[in-house]
Amino acid sequence: MADNKGIMIIAEALNSSLASISKELLGAARKLAADLGDEVSALVIGSGIAGVAAEAITFGADKVFIVDDPLLKDYRTDAWVATAEKVAKQVNPRIILAGQTTIGRDLASRLAFRLNTAVTMDCIDLTVDATSKQLMLTKPVYGGNARAIFTSDLYPQMATVRAKAMSPIAPDSARKGEVVTVAAGLDAAAIRTNVLQKVIAEVEGIKLEDASVVVSGGRGIGGPEGFKQLEELAKILKGAMGASRPPCDSGWVPETIQVGLTGKIVSPDVYIAVAISGSSQHIAGCGGSKNIIAINRDPEANIFKEARFGVVGDWKKIVPAFTAKVKELLGR
Amino acid sequence: MNMIVCVKQVPDPEAPPASFKIDPATNKVVPPPGVPPVISPFDEQAVEAALRIKDAKGGKISILSLGIGLLRDVVKKPLSMGADELILLEDPAFIEGDSWSTAYALAMAIKKIGQFDIIFCGRQASDTDAGQVGSAIAEILGIPQVTVARKVEVLDGKARVEKVTADGYEVVEVNLPALITVSNELGEPRYATIKGIMSAKRKEPIVWKPADIGVEPGKIGATGRRSKMLKLFQPVREGKVEIITGENEEDAAANLARKLVEVKLL
Ligand SMILES: Cc1cc2nc3c(=O)[nH]c(=O)nc-3n(C[C@H](O)[C@H](O)[C@H](O)COP(=O)(O)OP(=O)(O)OC[C@H]3O[C@@H](n4cnc5c(N)ncnc54)[C@H](O)[C@@H]3O)c2cc1C
Ligand SMILES: Nc1ncnc2c1ncn2[C@@H]1O[C@H](COP(=O)(O)O)[C@@H](O)[C@H]1O
Repeated sequence: MADNKGIMIIAEALNSSLASISKELLGAARKLAADLGDEVSALVIGSGIAGVAAEAITFGADKVFIVDDPLLKDYRTDAWVATAEKVAKQVNPRIILAGQTTIGRDLASRLAFRLNTAVTMDCIDLTVDATSKQLMLTKPVYGGNARAIFTSDLYPQMATVRAKAMSPIAPDSARKGEVVTVAAGLDAAAIRTNVLQKVIAEVEGIKLEDASVVVSGGRGIGGPEGFKQLEELAKILKGAMGASRPPCDSGWVPETIQVGLTGKIVSPDVYIAVAISGSSQHIAGCGGSKNIIAINRDPEANIFKEARFGVVGDWKKIVPAFTAKVKELLGR
Repeated sequence: MNMIVCVKQVPDPEAPPASFKIDPATNKVVPPPGVPPVISPFDEQAVEAALRIKDAKGGKISILSLGIGLLRDVVKKPLSMGADELILLEDPAFIEGDSWSTAYALAMAIKKIGQFDIIFCGRQASDTDAGQVGSAIAEILGIPQVTVARKVEVLDGKARVEKVTADGYEVVEVNLPALITVSNELGEPRYATIKGIMSAKRKEPIVWKPADIGVEPGKIGATGRRSKMLKLFQPVREGKVEIITGENEEDAAANLARKLVEVKLL
């Protein structure tokens, strides 16, 4: 362990810019670096992604390792794990952080076992123990009903971090950093998966994860028609529509708008939960909202324990009247 | 097709949040009285994924579960849905592991089963919410993995997997043998049939102890852990809701709109 130095984040690029989760990871890494007197590096893997390096430095990286190779164009476990393993062994970081994303959860879990260490997934808090200097990792378990704190004696210490759990630092384009290019040196024959097709569900309007107002519906909406009303309300509020899992499972709305533990993590200023009971797994995705507004006919529904304001009653009566009044008051 | 599905018995994750309790002295969950455990929901979907392949191509499905106090009614459910055999790693030495020591024991049992084309796991167990055991099994066995599947088919000796992504899905082709983890987007697991329930009743699970699968004792269960859990606790909720009322529901709705504008939330 004496040789392990620095905090490395595994960055992700999204349409040739640094993904927001990666900015959050850099923010978390800078905090840990301050506690440990250490350096922050970012590992960027992909094809045609070198442009992301400068952005990573702006958001807090002291050093960026770039592995740019046509074989790394799509995320493929074998290729990315081998690449991350190579760089990790070369750099020997003390901490490796990845995002709890499609890529991060697949990559980090396998990489940890490849590196003979442990990883804690989906963390919402990372601190350094004052005496041991080990990471103390807090993660929700039991669907969000509980939290657990984990540590490990093994290095590198690894974690994936939940979206929106950490804050990025203010970007500073004057920051200086070093960019190191690493050759992938991959054997194409050792990559055992192929991405044949990518299917993207088009959602018009504001992205759910970025919206400052989210209107979400649950099983109690009863079918796709009701969601049209929620969509209209979301539009008037210049927000986005979300859903709990049952409407997604039933095909009333696209799977991609599921909010929760295994769906999107949102933290809008206002989250309007309509006919959603407030299961721990749903709250896992919206509990970070600044204000939850609950509309539910069951006064005992758990969602009222999470909400700041609530109305008890039938959404079929409440939503149209609420929408009309909002239009009137806001002049929209 | 020879398929193995790893299923875990867990406390019912859809029990009301208010019934969830932790014993701070032991850092353990106190099972709510009268709520029986279940198979972790994504693991049931993993069973369903295997059954769909068996329907299309034929084959054998072995169910593998590690734990103690495994209720036969619970762990036999995959048999009543149509799986062929049930293997239990049921011994105190196996339990209280982390993802690594659990995966090591499961992988050793899989080696003993021998023949397999696909190993299925759930995308994450509903108690740990980790999603690591599948990757660890794949790493130990040296086979490829595809995680968070919404559809799995076998074509020309390879599996074709629809993998859930943040904004849709991608179609991934993977060489076999492979490990695939399954998500709820796959669709509802089938119900047990009467015939299935009858045949599951007659089938006795095969129980393997550590010595049966040739594990190194220091690598399983609590002794094999690489990560330690220091504390398990319930987050405190500080919020207090203000219920907006009115003469009727429409009036309450209008009052809510007024209130939200007044406090500058809208
Ligand atoms: C491992 C795991 C992961 C999961 N991940 C997620 C996840 O990511 N996201 C997620 O959302 N869920 C997730 N779930 C499912 C979760 O446990 C709940 O089942 C789900 O969130 C319930 O959705 P709901 O609140 O819409 O439905 P219900 O719990 O059925 O609640 C419906 C509510 O609607 C109200 N209602 C009905 N009719 C009306 C009406 N006319 N007017 C007003 N109110 C009405 C009822 O009072 C009730 O409170 C997960 C579960 C597991 C086990
Ligand atoms: N004790 C167990 N017995 C059988 N399968 C398990 C066990 N623990 C985990 N698994 C499998 O691994 C998956 C992921 O578990 P986890 O990494 O704990 O989230 C589960 O969905 C199961 O398919």
